[in-house]
Amino acid sequence: MSFLAAVVMISMIARIWYALPLIAVVSLCYGATRHENLRQIAIHSVRTCIWVLGFMAAIFLVVMLSGYMI
Amino acid sequence: MTEIVYTPPEGEPVQVNLKNQYFAALLAWLLPGAGHLYQGRYAKGLLFMVCILSTFVIGLGLSGGRCVYATDSAGKLNYYYIGQVAAGLPALPAVAQAIKTSGGEDPFFELCERFPSNFENPAMAFEEINRSRQGESEQDIPRSQTLKDGLMAPPAGPVFEGEKDTLAMWHQKYKHMFEIAVLYTFVAGLLNVLAIYDAFCGPAIVTKLQQEEMEMRKKKKKRSL
Repeated sequence: MSFLAAVVMISMIARIWYALPLIAVVSLCYGATRHENLRQIAIHSVRTCIWVLGFMAAIFLVVMLSGYMI
Repeated sequence: MTEIVYTPPEGEPVQVNLKNQYFAALLAWLLPGAGHLYQGRYAKGLLFMVCILSTFVIGLGLSGGRCVYATDSAGKLNYYYIGQVAAGLPALPAVAQAIKTSGGEDPFFELCERFPSNFENPAMAFEEINRSRQGESEQDIPRSQTLKDGLMAPPAGPVFEGEKDTLAMWHQKYKHMFEIAVLYTFVAGLLNVLAIYDAFCGPAIVTKLQQEEMEMRKKKKKRSL
């Protein structure tokens, strides 16, 4: 049973990788609407990327901890 | 001709020539990044074009060209298409496909054939037909009776809520990939809305004056607390 749960969890994690290119593209386009200079666009998009990933990690932690508490 | 000069808090003043804003916005909608190329903002134009088009094409590819469709076979609007059509020309073939198939005709760019919904063996209804298989009954079905999947075409055949139909078969074949494909193409459309806005109004740069105003407001809030 625990093996099955592990397999299901790994398959779910594999789906999360599809979010990475999407986050990168969204960060780049968002950065491009805020600046004209390519260097500034790159800096802004890296910041946005880290912010989004951090937000997702925080939500993941909250959901995981709430799972332990129930 | 609209020329705008921004002075960001850090760095040199930026001069942006938006040329004809309305034409640029139209171009930006038709082809992501084209509005910026018309305005001579080549780097940003290419950035938008590569990002948005690649997201749209990858999304379409993940679903085998099926996740972008304007209406279902009953003529009901696919709500995801509202976002997808913001990507412009790459999403417009779906409208042509919806018009073509609304009269019962076969779609352009056929992808595969399916057994009709009223096939004598109900278990085979909506299943894909493989005509190259030897000695099978599917060899005898005339093309006029089969359902056809097409690139960006609506799911063929009747729509059954909670039962097997063409859309359900797409979900069964591509599993979670179909949802991811819809998400990719939808996000590509929404990103193009940002690109259209940027081509129409220029970048939303925070100028020195705006930053000073924001800091003043923050200070006022702190004092009131």
